[in-house]
Amino acid sequence: MKQHKNLKKLGCCAIALAAFAVGMPVAQAEDTLFMPSLTYRTGPFAGGGIPFADGYADYFNMLNERDGGIGGAKIVVEECETAYNTQKGVECYEATKDKGALAYSPLSTGITLALIPKAAVDEIPIFSMGYGLSAAAIGEKFPWTFVYPTTYWNQMSSILKYIDANGGVKDKKIGFIYLDVGYGKEPLPLLENLSESMGFELAKYPIGGKEMQNQSAQWLNVRKDRPDWMVMWGWGAMNPTAVKEAAKIRYPLDRFIGNWWSGSHNDLRAVGASGKGYLAANFSGIGQDFPAVQDILTHVVDKGNSKVASRDDVGNVLYNRGMFNAVVLAEAITVAQAKTGKAAITGADMRDALENINLDEARLKELGLEGFTGAIKGSCADHEGAGSVFMQQWTGDDWEKVTDLIEPMNDTVRPLLEEAAEKYVSDKPDWAAQSCG
Amino acid sequence: MLYREAGQFKTSYSADQALLPIAQDRIGLLFILVVAFIALPMFASDFFISSIMIPFLVFSLAAIGLNILMGYAGQLSLGTGAFMGVGAYSCYKITSLFPDLNILLVLFLSGFFSAGIGVVFGLPSLRIKGLYLAITTLAAQFFLEWCFIRIGWLYNYNDSGAIEVPQRMLFGLAITGPHATPVTRYLVILTIVSVMTLIAANVLRGRIGRSWMMIRDMDIAAELMGIRPLFSKLSAFAFSSYYCGVAGALMVFFWLGSAEVESFDINHSFLIMFMVIIGGMGSLTGCFMGAAFIWVLPVILRAIPPAFELNILAATMEHVSSIITGVLIIFFLIVEPHGLARLWRVGKEKLRTWPFPYAT
Repeated sequence: MKQHKNLKKLGCCAIALAAFAVGMPVAQAEDTLFMPSLTYRTGPFAGGGIPFADGYADYFNMLNERDGGIGGAKIVVEECETAYNTQKGVECYEATKDKGALAYSPLSTGITLALIPKAAVDEIPIFSMGYGLSAAAIGEKFPWTFVYPTTYWNQMSSILKYIDANGGVKDKKIGFIYLDVGYGKEPLPLLENLSESMGFELAKYPIGGKEMQNQSAQWLNVRKDRPDWMVMWGWGAMNPTAVKEAAKIRYPLDRFIGNWWSGSHNDLRAVGASGKGYLAANFSGIGQDFPAVQDILTHVVDKGNSKVASRDDVGNVLYNRGMFNAVVLAEAITVAQAKTGKAAITGADMRDALENINLDEARLKELGLEGFTGAIKGSCADHEGAGSVFMQQWTGDDWEKVTDLIEPMNDTVRPLLEEAAEKYVSDKPDWAAQSCG
Repeated sequence: MLYREAGQFKTSYSADQALLPIAQDRIGLLFILVVAFIALPMFASDFFISSIMIPFLVFSLAAIGLNILMGYAGQLSLGTGAFMGVGAYSCYKITSLFPDLNILLVLFLSGFFSAGIGVVFGLPSLRIKGLYLAITTLAAQFFLEWCFIRIGWLYNYNDSGAIEVPQRMLFGLAITGPHATPVTRYLVILTIVSVMTLIAANVLRGRIGRSWMMIRDMDIAAELMGIRPLFSKLSAFAFSSYYCGVAGALMVFFWLGSAEVESFDINHSFLIMFMVIIGGMGSLTGCFMGAAFIWVLPVILRAIPPAFELNILAATMEHVSSIITGVLIIFFLIVEPHGLARLWRVGKEKLRTWPFPYAT
């Protein structure tokens, strides 16, 4: 009886103390740049989240080691675990936003959609690099959201262009297999629109989040329907399962194109040689042959300050993607510091800078990323950049770039994006848009 | 020792039948209400209010709903997440069809849709009991989840399938949407939860509540004594689903600001069931204790490393918090299988008979 009472008292005191501690704000050091990192190193999509988070953190740590930060201010990367869960993502956002957060890249369309209205009120830009809400490309309607280098809709148009260049698109049947969450459903309006205007037949194969590893039913439908091309919008365990199933039904893998989240090393290593020929879109470079990546190896990985499992993971598709996310944000910080003349900038400064970044070929070479990706230039009205993608192909044990950059059909897609943006804000009477002179 | 009831005489029947007959209980509850309504909004940080108190209150309400069904009426239900979803989606549809209607009235109405669906899926309870009933409510969970994805009308044919909460005003203040401050949302939720807890406490003490408890204890005997099992079981489902529906609408409108189907999946049903079991089935205080234990404890555990400057990775902390929560659940169920509320009740009995070591 006595133990119970003492235990309860101890428990009560511990919880009270911890609750009090939680309420206390964290002290801020002088001139730091706070970059929160919403990661998912646990949960069903950890296979994708881990390399991305590693690349993101390592680039910033490399800048701290090699250059002493940006403009003399050190970068502080704080990771918050979301497990790809929207609730936890919002909780991480609320927990970190008051520490001077400069930008958020949640790597989850679901979390991004939840944060877009909040970030506009809290004045922190959201950089959803190639995911999230495609309509956020319209800078007038979404002043606080950026989708460089291109949106899902433009990526889909680039993929359709590739298909058109390899046998035509008219009167063909294109199958779209996608994860049945916000991310997978995002390009559907564009596909439906283009299927009418470009004259192809669209077949949809949704995969529920809980059935990611059991897709045999949908692939039996694919075998029955025999589409000429398959396009995949997958993530996590869905990718290797889909490629294995495609190989099992002997679908020609060189007619199976995944988007830039469906073509990573982790996914295809699980498939191995049977996935040979599978194509995927990409916009970031592959491999360690870039001076910036070499710097990361020297200053961070070899000194043991990185969380990567092995040195060979540096340079794989998703690691470089995460690194590129950090590259764009670091460039925005540099531009913001130049514009304001201060080292310690705010979220609003970041937003202005993100509208004014100009990552052209010369600047990419300066950063040690020559040939890594296409040029990115944003503006007030264009929060997307209408960037190009290239196709890469799985050789059995590695990814190989097989095409040059394919430009998107921006003229067709931009009006559709404007329509979608208009629809998004139409039921929000107090939405804060901006006007671009 | 604290519960000196000497000198507390009741001089009327109504005083004797009061919800809290002991003065110390009344003082304690008043103190908690003062802290909740006045001290916390003034002194607590935004993070504490929006990430600890608001979810705690929302889950407490859902736990009250499930406790009524599981703890008081004895009907096992695994469909709580889906019923919360019905409440949330119906609130969204009503407010998008009638944007000028006061959001609190919309909340009040959305519970009825949830209650209706709860009654429909509670019909099997007239024939089956226990674990078999749990399977039919599991069917409700999966079927309603499917509906939320496939029926585009529910989310206004939004491209992403997620619902965004529009801004709604009350007395000139924004209470939903991104402009609503955490304190405003917290006070609205606190008021709603307090009022609904009071209503639940009184219903459970009344004729209907007692009929539920009779069904739980021995339904054949209850039927022989004149309780209509149809009415009792379905009213339990309706009442419980009403509470879960309102909790779901509160979750989406006042806490998250947006929702997708994953917010109402089977894991949520299990989460709330764990809150009810750990807190104590058949006890309203237990709902609050269970919600605090299951929800607040992991948040506090996750906040400890940065507060004490310990260098532990966020992902490791996630795993550690799951482990610690699991171990504590096992520990509490061994120490007191009837839940935390029973521990509190035993403690209170001991305090009433202090310094004598016996308790009922």
